[in-house]
Amino acid sequence: MGDEVVALEYEKMIDFTSASINFELIYSEISLLVAAFLILLTAFQRHLARLAPLVALVGIAVSFYFALQQWGNQMSGFFGMITCDDFGTAFKLLFLVVAALTLLIAHRFLIVKRIGSPEFYALLLVSTMGMMVMANTTDLLVMFLGLEIMSVPLYVMAGYARRSLASNEAGIKYFIMGAFASAFLLLGIAFVFGASGTTDLRQIVADYSFIVSNFQNYLYAGAALILIGFGFKIAAVPFHAWVPDVYQGAPTPVTAFFSVGPKAAGFAVMLRVFLFGFEQMGMLTELFWVLAVLTMTVGNVLALRQDNVKRMLAYSSIAHAGYILVALCVGGNDAISAAVFYLLAYAMFNLGAFAVIVLLETRSGCKSDFSELSGLSSSAPYLSAVLALFMFALAGFPPTVGFLGKFYIFSAAIKSGYILLTVIGVMNSFLSVYYYLRIVKTSYFEKFEGTFAPAPYSPAIMVVLFITVIGTLGLGFFPDRVLEFSQSALFAFL
Amino acid sequence: MNLDTIIFAISAVVAVFGAVMMIGQRNPVASVLYMIVSLVAQAVLYIQLGALFLGAVLIIVYAGAIMVLFLFVIMLLNLRGREDLGAGSPLVSKVTKFVVAGLFVLELGFVVWSGVFPDSGSTGIQSSASEFGSVKVVAELIFMKYLYPFELASILLLAAIVGAVVMAGRAAVTETDESDDDDPVKEQTVDEVHD
Amino acid sequence: MLEIVLISSLKVVVIMAAVLTGCAYATYMERKVVARLQHRVGPTYAGPYGLLQPIADAVKLIFKEDIVPNRVERITWGLAPLVSFVPALLTFIVVPFGADIELFGRQIKMVGSDLNIGILFILAVTSLGVYGIVLAGWSSGSKYSLMGGIRSSAQMISYEVGYGLSIIGVILVANTLSLRELVEQQASVGDWFIWRQPLGFILYLTCAIAETNRLPFDMPEAESELVGGYHTEYSSMRFAMFFMGEYANMLAVSAVGATLFFGGWQGPYLPPVVWFILKVFMFMFFYIWLRATFPRFRYDQLMAFGWKVLFPLALLNTMVTAALVML
Repeated sequence: MGDEVVALEYEKMIDFTSASINFELIYSEISLLVAAFLILLTAFQRHLARLAPLVALVGIAVSFYFALQQWGNQMSGFFGMITCDDFGTAFKLLFLVVAALTLLIAHRFLIVKRIGSPEFYALLLVSTMGMMVMANTTDLLVMFLGLEIMSVPLYVMAGYARRSLASNEAGIKYFIMGAFASAFLLLGIAFVFGASGTTDLRQIVADYSFIVSNFQNYLYAGAALILIGFGFKIAAVPFHAWVPDVYQGAPTPVTAFFSVGPKAAGFAVMLRVFLFGFEQMGMLTELFWVLAVLTMTVGNVLALRQDNVKRMLAYSSIAHAGYILVALCVGGNDAISAAVFYLLAYAMFNLGAFAVIVLLETRSGCKSDFSELSGLSSSAPYLSAVLALFMFALAGFPPTVGFLGKFYIFSAAIKSGYILLTVIGVMNSFLSVYYYLRIVKTSYFEKFEGTFAPAPYSPAIMVVLFITVIGTLGLGFFPDRVLEFSQSALFAFL
Repeated sequence: MNLDTIIFAISAVVAVFGAVMMIGQRNPVASVLYMIVSLVAQAVLYIQLGALFLGAVLIIVYAGAIMVLFLFVIMLLNLRGREDLGAGSPLVSKVTKFVVAGLFVLELGFVVWSGVFPDSGSTGIQSSASEFGSVKVVAELIFMKYLYPFELASILLLAAIVGAVVMAGRAAVTETDESDDDDPVKEQTVDEVHD
Repeated sequence: MLEIVLISSLKVVVIMAAVLTGCAYATYMERKVVARLQHRVGPTYAGPYGLLQPIADAVKLIFKEDIVPNRVERITWGLAPLVSFVPALLTFIVVPFGADIELFGRQIKMVGSDLNIGILFILAVTSLGVYGIVLAGWSSGSKYSLMGGIRSSAQMISYEVGYGLSIIGVILVANTLSLRELVEQQASVGDWFIWRQPLGFILYLTCAIAETNRLPFDMPEAESELVGGYHTEYSSMRFAMFFMGEYANMLAVSAVGATLFFGGWQGPYLPPVVWFILKVFMFMFFYIWLRATFPRFRYDQLMAFGWKVLFPLALLNTMVTAALVML
């Protein structure tokens, strides 16, 4: 497809520089913000503070409603700064689900660990809003602002357990690496702007041949720097060094959020930037090939030798980022919808796994080491069964949704002829089975010798577990609807 | 060589010089001062391009407010540039970082040089139309085309403020008394001066 | 070209000379007025009515020993007095002090430089003034200086917000950032912006006093608590520079206040320059009056007042003004 054709076809779909200040487009963002403000206002009425999670949940629900309303609508507004398409809306819904589940996971944990304060929920909401902003724009400037709105609360949330040294370390580390990544990203955006005179990807797509013929080097340098910036956010190897410490040190519900939310947001933006904006840039494919292989392999290999479950899941999240990078390397509609599907599935079973870890960690003195899981099957049979299910899903066993996610991505890769990449990916999946099943082995076949209290009961986490189990299994058995959903979640121009 | 070119050359050199010196200093206050020098030089560049408003705002916000806060924090910590900022890194790491940095600079240089200069005959400074950069034009851009990013930036700042309050606040209630005289940290740092 | 350069430099020289003289005689005025308010007579020895006292002071300061303590950070320490003094002088470049005049058949504007962002320039320059004090406090290597510096930076940052916001009200009403146009819009007494921005004026006045570190907001110096504050370790001309800087700052905010709220040089009968000077000295008198009347705030009260009273009021003023202008 030539540039002109893309541009023309594209202009038919969306008014290119729609000047309308159309608040409908951001109702869902606004509702999150309103909830966040209400929560912040409880600072003046401390006895209302315990309503904060409720307010946050309501805000998320309202936001979810508005996001659903947008499904199928493709609009552009605010002088082209916002682009609503199904791709963006799908991610909006995903982020809201993740936020709601995180909130439910966090509630009990924060109380038990005595680090709860209403601001946590406000930060969670603002961060979620930042992700939604990121996913719903084709403008690099807005993407950057969204990224920052997402990240700044995350830095704070990572260091939320202020009396814990590890949490402090996590906060500082994440902050410094995040600032570092932002600098790269901003420099990259500046280069792209210098080359093309615009920050709007649609404009870049339309003028691509002109830009490349005149300012190729600037554009390429910009794309590379942007890739580095987002590489940090999605924790692709070699930009992953911060991940294990941050994941381990941060309060576990925050880690759960980290491993799913920002990652999905980062991928949403990367998919849009690299598969839409810079789609015609040839060398990106090889770059993503190398990134994907490195990320998968390093993540999986390093995960083998971890003794801490959170740390292991940190490396596993790196490996999963690698699988999704395969989709970025492959490109095309199939790969995009496979990536969306994968992110959705990954959100389900990863959050589920973390919910179990959080539940276990609310016992006093737990640090989420592997040894703490031993004998879990006898003390908490249902919980260990659920945990095993999530591990199977993470490893990609059928009939869980984890298998389907990998299947779609790799079949898209094979269709486009990336045989070697697929082989490496599958090999990696086999490798990952070892450490995922180690958890199952520990909880089922090892005798417990310590004196831990039995896992406590928390209704909120039970709800989370229920939802995620349904998601993991149900979507695995009946993937049609979700597949349909993710297949229609494409960029507006296609 | 007209006046414009000379002013441009001077302020450009000063801006880069300030930025480089800022990184190279061991004494944090000197770093801040060099950064202010660099910022002022940048403001001159903006003003030369006709972006008066941007130049003024650069000084008001960065030089006048943010850098003062930097200094304030440095003073509270009473860093006088004499403390050990950590021993030098091992040779391998030194070599690696210089090689990597050098490569990066080379790459950037390559990019810049091989890029097409629009018309390299001119000095590269073109004063734009008189309206460009005026308060009115900037305001129209901010409140029309860039309304959404502008408002987003305000949310970002709010999030940062809330975050800062969360990190600095609650647990330290007893220590946040504003008055200097009974702040144990400050007393201690002041004593160090007289060591 | 040469002509423009010549005229500009002449104007700058005249303005600087006037401001420096003004500073010198502001000290005289302060001593006299405070003395009168306290039933004393003030300086009388040097010259008639003690009018030569400022010159005597200057001579004394010049011949004093220039002491450089051991612990100072030389470069910053030497730089600090200049940094506190120069921005105050720069302010006067953009303040108009008279109507245009015809001289040798040539139109001459009675303003150093008629910037169309004059007010922003003033804000920018004022915001740089704090460095002098901060650096002096930090580089002196003495605890009193350090505390003075810390207090001052906190105070000036806090009050600068209110200062800027109080000016925004006037800008909204006048719809211009050029001081010349501001003055032209206040041709008669009824047009003075003080009538349209009464709250803005009070806020400006309060914040300006805090900005210039005068009583009752003179935390950075506070003799009784901090010896001499940030300039404890300075002597001779370096001290004189701080001293001049303080008075130049007072004159600067007075001149800006007169321009923003009292019609600048506009006035009947008398020549414009005289009106301008009169209005500036009216402000100065108010300053001195306050100094002689009020006790010093406590530091935490000062910060609380700035952030919890002045700042919200200034915001409110801005919002109300904006709403009224919209209507």
